Amino acid sequence: MSVEPLLLTLVFGPLVGATLAGLFGRRLGDLVSMSVTTGLLFLSCGLAWDVFCGFWAGHSHPVTVEILPFINVGDFHSAWSIRLDTLSAVMLIVVTTVSALVHLYSWGYMADDPSKPRFFAYLSLFTFAMLMLVTAADFMQLFFGWEGVGLASYLLIGFWFKKDSASSAAIKAFVVNRVGDFGFALGIMTVFWMFHTIRFAELFPLIAAKQNATWSFIGQDWSALDLAGFLLFIGAMGKSAQFFLHTWLPDAMEGPTPVSALIHAATMVTAGVYMVCLLSPLYEHAPVARSIITVIGAITALFAATVGLAQNDIKRVIAYSTCSQLGYMFFAAGVGAYQAAMFHLFTHAFFKALLFLGAGSVIHGMHHEQDMRKMGAVGKFLPITYAVMVIGTIAITGLGIPIKGMEIGFAGFFSKDTILGAAYAAGEHSPYGYFAFCIGVFAAGLTAYYSWRLIFMTFNGTAKWGEHADHGHDAHAHDDHAHAHDDHGHDHGHGAFKPHESPVVMLIPLFVLAAGAIAAGFVFAPSFVGEHREAFWQGAIFTAKSNEVLEKIESLPSWVGYLPLIVSVLGAVVAIYFYLLREGLAKRIADNDGPLHRFLYNKWYFDELYQAVFVNGAKALGDLFWKGGDQKIIDGLGPNGFAWLAGFAGRQLGRIQSGLVYHYAFVMLLGVAGLLSYALWAFAH
Amino acid sequence: MSHILSLTTFAPIIGVLAILLVRLVAGRNGEEAAGRASLWVALATTLATFALSVLMLANFDARATGFQFTEDMPWFSVIHYAMGVDGISVLFVLLTTFLMPICILASWSSIKTRLVEYLIAFLVLETLMIGVFTSLDLVLFYVFFEFGLIPMFLIIGVWGGKNRVYAAYKFFLYTLLGSVLMLAAILAMSMIAHTTSIPALMQFHFAPELQIIFFLAFFASFAVKMPMWPVHTWLPDAHVEAPTAGSVILAGVLLKMGGYGFLRFSLPMFPQAATYFTPMIFALSAIAIVYTSLVAFRQTDMKKLIAYSSVAHMGFVTMGIFSGTLQGVQGAVFQMLSHGVISGALFLCVGVIYDRMHTREIAFYGGLADKMPWYAATFLLFTMGNVGLPGTSGFVGEILTMTGVYGSPSTAGTWTAFVSASGVILSAVYALTLYKRVMYGNLTNPKLADILDLDTREVAIFAPLIVSALALGVYPHLVFSFTDASVASLVTVWRSAVGG
Repeated sequence: MSVEPLLLTLVFGPLVGATLAGLFGRRLGDLVSMSVTTGLLFLSCGLAWDVFCGFWAGHSHPVTVEILPFINVGDFHSAWSIRLDTLSAVMLIVVTTVSALVHLYSWGYMADDPSKPRFFAYLSLFTFAMLMLVTAADFMQLFFGWEGVGLASYLLIGFWFKKDSASSAAIKAFVVNRVGDFGFALGIMTVFWMFHTIRFAELFPLIAAKQNATWSFIGQDWSALDLAGFLLFIGAMGKSAQFFLHTWLPDAMEGPTPVSALIHAATMVTAGVYMVCLLSPLYEHAPVARSIITVIGAITALFAATVGLAQNDIKRVIAYSTCSQLGYMFFAAGVGAYQAAMFHLFTHAFFKALLFLGAGSVIHGMHHEQDMRKMGAVGKFLPITYAVMVIGTIAITGLGIPIKGMEIGFAGFFSKDTILGAAYAAGEHSPYGYFAFCIGVFAAGLTAYYSWRLIFMTFNGTAKWGEHADHGHDAHAHDDHAHAHDDHGHDHGHGAFKPHESPVVMLIPLFVLAAGAIAAGFVFAPSFVGEHREAFWQGAIFTAKSNEVLEKIESLPSWVGYLPLIVSVLGAVVAIYFYLLREGLAKRIADNDGPLHRFLYNKWYFDELYQAVFVNGAKALGDLFWKGGDQKIIDGLGPNGFAWLAGFAGRQLGRIQSGLVYHYAFVMLLGVAGLLSYALWAFAH
Repeated sequence: MSHILSLTTFAPIIGVLAILLVRLVAGRNGEEAAGRASLWVALATTLATFALSVLMLANFDARATGFQFTEDMPWFSVIHYAMGVDGISVLFVLLTTFLMPICILASWSSIKTRLVEYLIAFLVLETLMIGVFTSLDLVLFYVFFEFGLIPMFLIIGVWGGKNRVYAAYKFFLYTLLGSVLMLAAILAMSMIAHTTSIPALMQFHFAPELQIIFFLAFFASFAVKMPMWPVHTWLPDAHVEAPTAGSVILAGVLLKMGGYGFLRFSLPMFPQAATYFTPMIFALSAIAIVYTSLVAFRQTDMKKLIAYSSVAHMGFVTMGIFSGTLQGVQGAVFQMLSHGVISGALFLCVGVIYDRMHTREIAFYGGLADKMPWYAATFLLFTMGNVGLPGTSGFVGEILTMTGVYGSPSTAGTWTAFVSASGVILSAVYALTLYKRVMYGNLTNPKLADILDLDTREVAIFAPLIVSALALGVYPHLVFSFTDASVASLVTVWRSAVGG
């Protein structure tokens, strides 16, 4: 088949780019490294859209191309392969589009950085791992991609490795993800021993038969499919920064901003959602696991939104917003609306990447300032960035007109309304649906508030920069680019500067993403969640016969559609009041530092709790085992008596140390010879 | 091909003779020159031995389950000089001969005293190690197994660090104590079965009570060698004091003799006892993984940290061997080979900066990534291998042993899988923390200002290890194609012997 070389190019092109730039970057030079990686990414992107359009138009059908065997032991079969179906095709375009744009954007954003080849190599390496993840046909390749993106994320968060906060955040991200992978790995093992296969195509038809089976695990009997589903979901919680395992995501903002847009907004963090949708044949038969997903997703949506209210770092606000939106995707999947989850994943990729890259443009234009309290009135100087950020904000807050049959709105409106509708519809059968709906609506109001707050604090009001020249150094200490900055001696003083609009290479990606943020909703809604969805998905997502949440959305009372709109308008109005009409009021409240504000500002004290329990606990246990267990007990009881003897012998023979060594060897030889003689004697008799 | 095993095993001895000749020719004042020349002789010898083992591998019939290239002649009494390899041992021979030239290269400029004797010790050690994996007679095996202690003991005790005598002594003591019990069991077994032939003993059925005793006697020796918790404390000391190449061999090959012994003796000869003791082995393995990982996290000496991490990784091996599943045993064999490459490489990584700065204190370093980008990339690769990142060989062994244990017929299986899986979190903690403290941050120590990146010799050392770690990680079939038949028969025989 002639398609294969193209598919291989699509997936392995970024790996080639990463290898060239990573190994030979210094010899090839910045320009060649950047051109090769970016060029190959755009090539992948073009091929991905070609694949997607085939599925969109309905003339492509699911296919799996096997390349090479991977781990094959007994029934444990896995292969390096490329699995194409609608689900992976959607991910392919999301990943390659955002990645290609981020590569391009980085030409401008990273222009002053001394290690550009390394940066572009990491970006391409990430893209490759992500493509392996989404095209996996079995759990082993999925796990390869899963941890591969984790590695790339680790490298990119710690890209400015001279900063302690960056390398610490990188480790945190990796380790917290490993906590998730702990569950994920156990989930894979459970699936393997339950079904004796780890290949999706073989696994899915076997699932229904285990509907009511039980499974024995760590001394307990569990509902088999719920156990497998739950363990696998722990992996998703880590990767997608869900409640309890979310703490790494805000810290990941230590990485350069294009990284945040690509990995920590549009692609990697959505891998968990993708995995749950991919495994819909499992989750459709695991109602308890799905309820857990719904609840965790809803709590995350609310929790992250509340924390987002009180943050001042422009990137952290968007990070919490991402966390919150991922919560929406999960509870959508939890209530059975996998298509809606995928749709929100798709639209979110556009507007969230847009917001991040827009924030990057602001940071770039503000000479590496990230604290929104030191911004204000930037809109005048960065009009294009301002405009696209407003587009992104309209998209994320889901503004639109929910009239049945003629909905009008930006991308987020379509996907988020579908999710809320589905949750409400699911409420008929399970209370978790209503729970998620209520939280989702409330969190939508919070989303509107913090999103508009970000816009107003940054772009409107009075300028807080340039007034306090002395504050510049203070900001510098926790500045994202501290090191690039120092090395490069950017010739600008702090205080006396004018924000500037970004160069064209950075604006082009913003335009493309803005177009996506506007149009991705109404163009694709009919295919993803609307009347064409059966033909579009071609069975890539499984929905049980009893699962009719998407059908029921059509017949919901109209207030279900209007409520989120009203709430989010309300949120926007509050933001307008606090940050436009009564500017300074919010600052006074923050300065008051009431308990609620402190609680939110400190992110519900999760970091402190985990530090005290897990980090310090591990240190204490390590010391206990080492100094108490190994040194006192084991060495003390074990070789202790002999050690005394050794000391004694050592004193006798102390003057000739190497002689001591030979002495031991000789004794041992004698011993062996003696025992062997005994053996011969024994045989003789 | 008929004598290729003997040839491979004793090829290094030819090198020893050549070195002795060189020393003789160089005369009284030619020690320096003789040392230099001996290095080349040793390198040539080890490369030739490696070539022989590759030749052997090429002629190996991977589909056959029995022993191949067998040699057999009466020695004395019932004892035979019997040799042969199956799909498992043939790879351990290859691992040994593969690591040996790397060790010689790693000693090129770091050994300053008694270079000739040092090289002789290494070549003798190579013969003894290969012999362990190729002998098919119990007494012959024991001779190789036990005499291997001596050169290693000397390498630590003569060319080691400050505390070398204490470490050598501890190493010797632990290992010998274990071996004495094994020797007693060997004698008893040969008297009962009237043979010392390993293939014959595999067919012999010992009474269950005897099996328990023999199992424990062999276990004492192998558990120390692995090492398993709680008889592991000799290893960190031995590693810290050993010269770099000594650590590579210790971690790369000597530790594997324990695992190999379990596979060759404990499972096939004492199947009932092995089943009986499986829960205990699972428990010790799980404890080893969590306990030593936490201890590794707190280390301030790089070599100690890696040594403790070795103990944790060997925990995966022991639990895999006793899982009684194809996945578990294959994973254990794979993990041993992979660990030989990865931990060997990690000790070499430490050696690189130790040669430059003469300290292994983690706190001394920091910020090396900027000055030594190639070194940083190499170290990163093996760190990732150590934490079991998919795509490196470290992953395959871990996931397979855990999977195997999960599906073990023993009821303790899922618990062991559960606990050991948490080791995957902990390995990330200690390994990445080490990497950060050595590589990242600003270069604050002025002594490091002029530190140099890898030179050509060091690149030549790491290149084959990098290729192996990645090739095995991406295409593990390279190993499975040899081990499949042997492991399958091992597992089937064990399970049918205990009626499971």
